[in-house]
Amino acid sequence: MKRLDKSELIFTVIAHILVGVFAIMAIYPFIYTVSASISGRIAFERGEVFLLPKEITFGAYQYIFNDKTFWITYTNTLFYTFYGTLYSMFIAITGAYALSKKRLMFRRQLNFLLVFTMWFSAGMIPTYINYVEMGVNNRWGIVVAFGVQAFNVILLRNYFESIPSEIEEAATMDGASEFNILKTIYIPMSKASIATVTLFSGLGRWNGFFWSRILLNDTNDVPLQVYLRTKFEMLEQISDEIGGLALNYSIEAIIYGMLVCSIIPIIIIYPYLQKYFVKGVNVGGVKG
Amino acid sequence: MDFRVNQNSKLKRFLETLRRDWALYVLLIPIIVFFVMWRYKPMGGVLVAFKKYKVIDGVLGSDFAGFYYIRELMFGSASREFWRALRNTFMLNIYGILFGFPAPIILALLFSEIKNVAYRSVTQTFSYLPKFISEVIITTLIAMLVSNSHGQVGIVAHLLQMIGVIGPDAKLLYEPGYFRAIYIVSDIWVGAGYGSIVYFAAIMGIPPSNYEAARVDGASKFDQIRYITMPGMASTLTIMLILRIGSMLAVGFEKVFLLYNASIYETADVLETFIYRLGMGETAVNPSIATAAGLFNSLVAMVLVLGANYISRKISETSLF
Repeated sequence: MKRLDKSELIFTVIAHILVGVFAIMAIYPFIYTVSASISGRIAFERGEVFLLPKEITFGAYQYIFNDKTFWITYTNTLFYTFYGTLYSMFIAITGAYALSKKRLMFRRQLNFLLVFTMWFSAGMIPTYINYVEMGVNNRWGIVVAFGVQAFNVILLRNYFESIPSEIEEAATMDGASEFNILKTIYIPMSKASIATVTLFSGLGRWNGFFWSRILLNDTNDVPLQVYLRTKFEMLEQISDEIGGLALNYSIEAIIYGMLVCSIIPIIIIYPYLQKYFVKGVNVGGVKG
Repeated sequence: MDFRVNQNSKLKRFLETLRRDWALYVLLIPIIVFFVMWRYKPMGGVLVAFKKYKVIDGVLGSDFAGFYYIRELMFGSASREFWRALRNTFMLNIYGILFGFPAPIILALLFSEIKNVAYRSVTQTFSYLPKFISEVIITTLIAMLVSNSHGQVGIVAHLLQMIGVIGPDAKLLYEPGYFRAIYIVSDIWVGAGYGSIVYFAAIMGIPPSNYEAARVDGASKFDQIRYITMPGMASTLTIMLILRIGSMLAVGFEKVFLLYNASIYETADVLETFIYRLGMGETAVNPSIATAAGLFNSLVAMVLVLGANYISRKISETSLF
């Protein structure tokens, strides 16, 4: 009996330690980012910043907040996230509702065409040619051309299918129109699924980078992620531009500060994200 | 005669359902327009692989070139880079399966041993976080943490130097030998916590009475894991492994695109970055060969995914599609 307890005890102790180590490793880069963004240049360049900030200064944030382009691109990202998510959800909800109905003609074929896009994609170059041909090179273009993932539609469709049809039949008897049924019955009843998909879409929009970088003509239209990258690529140029050595904060602190500004909204909605994403993962395993 | 009557009644029925359910078809319009314009229309563009594509002529107007570009891709001018990119894509996935795949499973096993709910939810919450951060931020962090240039040594590079894993002059992102390790380790950092959710759920589904019984029979902790936990999550594990193998050609394109540079193409250039450079990059643009490579990628990926899905459906009731 004693030997047993020992093996379990050892395992439990090891599990606590390893899990703790992994959790710390997972968030350490973010803590370091915050610390590095408010550390003084000399301490940072000497490599003295490991966990907590040294020689605290908010100079980098002053630089960031005075940077007009930073605000423009931040606003752009808010624009893309808001309208993009709204647009994606409109298409996903209306489409999922229609596709969930057994009385829809060609329902099987339409659902197949939806799923097919998960198996086969045209590839990067034809997709690019299409975007260029369709004139996707401005804000609204980016909103309209992106965002609806077949997977999200399937997730919603499955949930709509699980709502008993008697409820709908009763409403039809009472003379409710299709739109009203969707609005007053289906949407309120699927709040959790809709929230999950909304967060999926919103996060995708907030984090979107590649196509915005490739397609947008006007630098005033680019989202924050693209600007962050450009800024990072120009690290050494910035140093010359603002006379790096005269500052009390490091050039890296500017980049770290921008990362912080970009991560903060995610941290704010993180409790919701976590709640629904955990659910989303488990829903995702259910067959369509 | 009969036939025509039949036709008519069919048409009548069709019109009747249309009249009754017209609203349903109106609701279908946005999603159809979206998928036609942004998913199916580009599929016509794969024709570019068989054409001498000129922007002014468009996809349809360009002259046919038969299999010329496919040959160029596989055996001709682009072949060296193509096979290298395919090999690199493959290798990243092999390492991903060897090291990345077990990581969330081990983590889930560990999480399930933590009986203190507060400690467990805090550590779980922390471990999911990196998954929600953009590729731009993740790669910027990686680059800054492993950097070693003009006197600036990133904190991770610094630590690795201290424990002697790398020499003082090693520039991790500029030497081909390090790329795969950086890619896999950072993938585990980003994804293992989030990936553990599904296994954790499977472990939690095992009845506690099984463990009680084993304990009475004198099973040690490792016996319990070996004979109860592992079999209990076997179906989840099998499906996840099959699906993982099914995505053998999938690589985080944005991540590689943001991390790599010309000095490490030898190990870092994957199919999609190769396609990008060839088709849209600043130098040596050849959209036809790039499209051919993309078509190859899409077709092989589809066969793999469908194969994996078929097997997973055979083995269990669960499948993704």
